Amino acid sequence: MELNFTSEQQAFRQQVRQWLAAHVPAEPLASFDTAAGFQQHRDWEATLNKGRWGMVTWPEDLGGRGCDLIEWLIFEEEYWRAGAPLRVNQNGIFLLGPTLMEYGTDAQKAEILPKMATGEEVWAQGWSEPGAGSDMAAIRSRADLSEDGSHYVINGQKTWSTRAVWADQCFGMFRTDPESKRHRGLTFILVPLNLEGITVRPIPQLDGLPGFAEIFFDNVKVPVERRLGGEGEGWQVAMATAGFERGLMLRSPARFQETARRLVQLYRDNRESADRDPAIRDRVLRAYMDAESYCLTTYQTASRLMAGGKIGAESSTNKIFWSELDRNMHATAMSILGARAELLPHAPDAEGVGTWLDGWLFSQSGPIYAGTNEIQRNIIAERMLGMPRV
Amino acid sequence: MDFTFTEDQLLFQESVRDFLVNEVTAERIRARWDSESGRDQALWQQLAELGLTGMTVPEECGGLGLSSVDFILLAQECGYVALPEPLLENVLVAVPTLIDIADAGLNAQWLPKIAAGEARVAVGVDANPFVEDADAADLLLLQYGEELHAVPTTETSLTRNPSVDPSRRLFRVDWQPSSVSCVASGESAAGLIEMMVNRGALAAAAQALGLAQRMIDLAVAYTSERQQFGQPIGSFQAVKHHMADIAVRLDYARAPVYRAAWSVAHGLDTASRDVSHAKLVACEAADLAAQHTIQVHGAMGYTWEVDLHIFMKKAWALNSAWGDAGLHKQRVGDAIFGDARSIGAGGTFP
Ligand SMILES: Cc1cc2nc3c(=O)[nH]c(=O)nc-3n(C[C@H](O)[C@H](O)[C@H](O)COP(=O)(O)OP(=O)(O)OC[C@H]3O[C@@H](n4cnc5c(N)ncnc54)[C@H](O)[C@@H]3O)c2cc1C
Repeated sequence: MELNFTSEQQAFRQQVRQWLAAHVPAEPLASFDTAAGFQQHRDWEATLNKGRWGMVTWPEDLGGRGCDLIEWLIFEEEYWRAGAPLRVNQNGIFLLGPTLMEYGTDAQKAEILPKMATGEEVWAQGWSEPGAGSDMAAIRSRADLSEDGSHYVINGQKTWSTRAVWADQCFGMFRTDPESKRHRGLTFILVPLNLEGITVRPIPQLDGLPGFAEIFFDNVKVPVERRLGGEGEGWQVAMATAGFERGLMLRSPARFQETARRLVQLYRDNRESADRDPAIRDRVLRAYMDAESYCLTTYQTASRLMAGGKIGAESSTNKIFWSELDRNMHATAMSILGARAELLPHAPDAEGVGTWLDGWLFSQSGPIYAGTNEIQRNIIAERMLGMPRV
Repeated sequence: MDFTFTEDQLLFQESVRDFLVNEVTAERIRARWDSESGRDQALWQQLAELGLTGMTVPEECGGLGLSSVDFILLAQECGYVALPEPLLENVLVAVPTLIDIADAGLNAQWLPKIAAGEARVAVGVDANPFVEDADAADLLLLQYGEELHAVPTTETSLTRNPSVDPSRRLFRVDWQPSSVSCVASGESAAGLIEMMVNRGALAAAAQALGLAQRMIDLAVAYTSERQQFGQPIGSFQAVKHHMADIAVRLDYARAPVYRAAWSVAHGLDTASRDVSHAKLVACEAADLAAQHTIQVHGAMGYTWEVDLHIFMKKAWALNSAWGDAGLHKQRVGDAIFGDARSIGAGGTFP
């Protein structure tokens, strides 16, 4: 055990810090669930890419820096400390990118990764369907191979697809074997969203902005080269996408530590009113401790993976821990803000409310997306603890 | 930056676990409860023969000279079997405190004997007023206001306070401080006493991790066997989710305990904050484990006969031993609300 950074790691941190200080936009960008905000975030991806800070864990020949997990954690810490914009292409960079590197053909990598890196192509995910939420193996949207084997014909509907309103591409699973049941007969396909037969219908989220979309497929022809992995192997490829390292990348500790820091500050600034409810001090302490526990545990896991260890069902405890932490922290902030908590940021008397309300709304979704927390608890009980299945 | 244990540390953990699981059985613990002396001298000898009593004693005094980081996984295993002998109080608290006091005479007199398993030292501070196993100790390290004293047990009067956990033998110690017994005063005593609390709380936190794991294991085994409505009760989702909740809290309590061991071993100025964080989250995990595992045992869990209570009661006791939650929350609060130590992203490792 050695809980100090090496001088190389410290130098790396300085390098990240300096670049971000010089490049992070002074004014926060508009929400990427608006057309203008989406474009601003796309431009930011290009800026990051020019500095070679877009995909630090990607190999150097793909525009990355080949960072290991500890360096990646350092990068994230600096990124969140600097208040840099959210990553509009996180589905691409953190989920599809690594999956492509593992399962993709050379041609696929050459075609897709560079445009992903510059933000020229933003990716949406297409797993959920009206009849397939928690039960993803119930997917019914079909992809039928044409007789000459040159393309798939896709029919069906995907839903809850985040950022699909403005995204350029979508990856997801489709049933290629109509006779198949459950996990078998599903295939992973990469679908350009501008193809004929595709209709994207925005769905406003809790904040009223169209952060989701439904995607309808009506005889959409997709070249067979857009299949990732083998036909019928979609489930395995999808599981790799959902794997822990990717999950870790989506929700790095730095994000929650910054929320905890802001919460401590909010409490200090509002001590007099906050302390009338004696539970608040405790909830703030807990936020600090849980965010810290999340960080420590992530460093531990990263160290173990770097030493050749494997990841197990802890990706499920991870999902529950951060999503509940996030919701608790925002709930505490709402309590501290008292009567002002409900005010929208632009309300005339909303001074000091910051972005807590937005965060509170979004924190409601954490326990739902990426596999609901109930599903994660099932997985923990059955796969980690070995409790009997029915 | 490397948050893993070495191969050696992991192997040692494994062999100590095997030893403890084989030797410190529930039957042996129950036999100890019923015995006249309330203790198990043969077990102490076994621990000494394994070198465990001398692990933190410096090599020149016959020990292994290891640190709290080296011992933390073993402390966890002691919790897993609810070890009733005061190994951790000696190895993780008393010995490092003697080393910190740095009184050559005291050290020469006691450290080699502790390493050899021939002497024991017990510790009493205001935050942990009932001295565990004081009757089996030869020397007591006792807080007296802003002073620290080293007092031979023979010069004290002990009054037993039975605990809900029959394994814990707690004593009120009545004694007269003197200039002879005083080993530190003023600021140096305050520092020593704070570190004693840190070390004791760290040991409690590590044990809590082991206790929580043991309660999980017992409950998983029981709910896989016990049938109701024609199926194992462990297949019911309400039961599963009770268990999963414990697993989540436990998974995220380990790294804080290991970090606290590091902070203590390296004398970091964040040690008190880090230990209090670890103690709080580890004891909460064990407390939740107790609550949910007794529930999934049904009436069986409410009996003296079923072993669960051996672990549950220790977990309850450790909640408030070595500083109750109030004390530890105060210390974390002082660190993050008081001075503006940098918390937030990038602030975890100094
Ligand atoms: C913010 C957000 C972004 C999302 N982005 C995307 C995206 O980009 N692409 C995409 O494909 N999907 C996306 N989703 C959808 C998400 O994957 C699903 O919402 C999720 O899988 C749950 O499915 P569902 O909504 O149909 O709920 P249901 O499956 O209907 O579940 C409803 C409730 O029943 C519980 N439940 C269901 N089955 C069980 C069971 N076996 N045991 C116990 N409880 C159970 C659930 O836990 C939940 O509480 C997103 C969702 C959100 C909230």
